[in-house]
Amino acid sequence: MLIRRAPDLKSSEITSERLYWTRREWIAAAGVAGVAALAPASLACAAPAEGGQGQNLGTPYGLQSNDKPTPYEDVTNYNNFYEFGLDKADPAQNAKGFKPLPWTVRVDGFVKAPANYQLEDFLKPYKLEDRIYRHRCVEAWSMVIPWRGFPLADLIKRAEPTSQARFVEFTTLLDPRRMPGQNSPVLDWPYVEGLRLDEAMHPLTLMVTGLYGKDLPNQNGAPLRLHVPWKYGFKSIKSIVRIRLVDKQPRNTWNIATPNEYGFYANVNPEVDHPRWSQATERRIGEFLRRKTLMFNGYADQVGSMYAGMDLRKNY
Amino acid sequence: MNDAATARDRLRALKEPPGFGVLLIVALCVPGVLAIAGTLSDIFAGTRYFGSDPVKEVEHFLGRWTLRLIVATLCVTPLRQATGWNWLARHRRTVGLFAFAYVTLHWIAYAFLDVQLNWAELTKDLLKRPYIYLGMTALLMLTALAVTSTKGMIRRMGGRNWNRLHALIYVAAILGVIHYGMAQKKDLTDPLNYAAILTVLFGWRLLRWAHRRGPRPATG
Repeated sequence: MLIRRAPDLKSSEITSERLYWTRREWIAAAGVAGVAALAPASLACAAPAEGGQGQNLGTPYGLQSNDKPTPYEDVTNYNNFYEFGLDKADPAQNAKGFKPLPWTVRVDGFVKAPANYQLEDFLKPYKLEDRIYRHRCVEAWSMVIPWRGFPLADLIKRAEPTSQARFVEFTTLLDPRRMPGQNSPVLDWPYVEGLRLDEAMHPLTLMVTGLYGKDLPNQNGAPLRLHVPWKYGFKSIKSIVRIRLVDKQPRNTWNIATPNEYGFYANVNPEVDHPRWSQATERRIGEFLRRKTLMFNGYADQVGSMYAGMDLRKNY
Repeated sequence: MNDAATARDRLRALKEPPGFGVLLIVALCVPGVLAIAGTLSDIFAGTRYFGSDPVKEVEHFLGRWTLRLIVATLCVTPLRQATGWNWLARHRRTVGLFAFAYVTLHWIAYAFLDVQLNWAELTKDLLKRPYIYLGMTALLMLTALAVTSTKGMIRRMGGRNWNRLHALIYVAAILGVIHYGMAQKKDLTDPLNYAAILTVLFGWRLLRWAHRRGPRPATG
C-alpha cells in the first residue's frame, strides 16, 4: 500500500475524545496565542506539536480555543461527495468498496517536465504533517478536521512551473463504474477545481492524504485531496488524478453548474450571502447554537493580503 | 366475469373498518413523535438519529411529511370516487389538519432551531428569498384552511364560500412543491416526482369536470 503512510490504527488506539481534549487544552493554552501570531512564511516550517504520549493529532493551525475537532464519526459520515451519491450519508455507504490504489497522478501543463506518477512515488518526496483546520461548507455548516498532508506549494515547486503558469487546475477521477454517482448527470463530470497560483502556493494550502492520523477514508476523497481552509468546501477537490498548471483561470464544477450561486474564488465571507441563505453564521457540526462565520474562515491574517483591493462581492 | 363483478361489488361495499379513525390519527402522529424525540435526543444527548446535522435534517424531514400529507388529502376524493368508499371523506379533515400540524413543526424547526430566532435574518429571508416567501404563503393558506375546518365554520361561511376558500389547497400544494424545488441545491428528482403526482391528481379532477360538463343531448 502507501509507502509513506502511518501504520493502520485500531479503533481502540484512537484517543478518546475526552483524553484528547485534556491534552488539546494544554496544547491550545501553550500554542494558540503563538500560532495566531505566526507569519504565513513560518507556518510551513512549523513542526507538528508533539504531545509526548498517545496519539498526536497535529498542529492547531490558527485554531481558536473554542474550536474542537469534530468527532471522527461525523467527519466520515457527513460528506458532500456527489461521485458517491447526493445525500450526506451516501458517500460513507457507496464508497465502501472503492479501491483507491493503485492510483496515478498526472502533473502537467506549464511545468518543466510533465509526468504521470504512481501515488507511492508521487508522495515520496514529501514530509507528511498533521494540521487541524476549520472547514466551512458553502451550505453554512462547518467542522474542525485534523488533516494529514503536505503543502501544495512543495509539490508545485518540485514541478518547476514555467513563467506562463498562473493558475492550477485539479481534476477528480472519472470512472462511473467505481464512482456510481457519476452515472447521474447532476454535475458535469469529472469534477474540476482551480486556484490562482499564489493561492496554491500559500503555506496553508494542503494536499491531504489522511485525517485523524489515518489514511483518507474513501468518502473523504481517498487517496489524495486538497484542503484550502479559507475557502468554501467545494474548492477542496477530492480524489485528484490530475494537477495542471495553466495560464488562464480554470473553470470549476459548481460554477459551471450554478454560476450565480458559486464563484471561482469562493472565499469564506460572512458579508456576502449565498442567494438562498445567509453566510453570516454557520452551524458547527455537533453544536446547537450557530456561530458567527469569520472572514476567510478565520484565516484573514494569513490570506487577506492576497485579495487586497479586490471586490469580494463581485468575486464571490 | 360474474366472479369479477361480485368481487368488485364486494370491494365497493367495504365498510369503514372499526377503529379506522383512531388508527389513522395514531399513524399520522408517528413521524412527528419520531421527529421531536429524535431531535431532542440528538441535540441534548448527542445521538445521531437525524445524522450529523439534526436541525437541518429534521427541518427537511418535516417539510417532506407536510408535502406527503397535502398529497394524501388530495388523494381522498379520487380514491373515494374510484372505490366507492364514501366513508373516506369523513377522514379528509384529519389528514388536512395533520398537514397543518407538520407544516407548523417545519416552520418551528426553521425559525427556532435553524435560524434561532434571529429576527433580522428571518426578515431578510422573507423579503429576499423567493423560496422562503412562497413557502410562507403556503403556510398562511394552510393556516386559514385549518382555522376554518370546524363544522361551525362551515355552517357560518356557507358551503359555497367554504368550498371556494378550501380550493386554496390546490394553490398551497403547488407552492409547496415549488418551495421544495427551489430549496434544492441541484437535484430536482424528488420535487419533480411530487409535481408529477400533483399533475395526475389535478388531471383526474379536470377530466371528471370536463366529463360532467361534456356535450349534453339537446333538449329542444
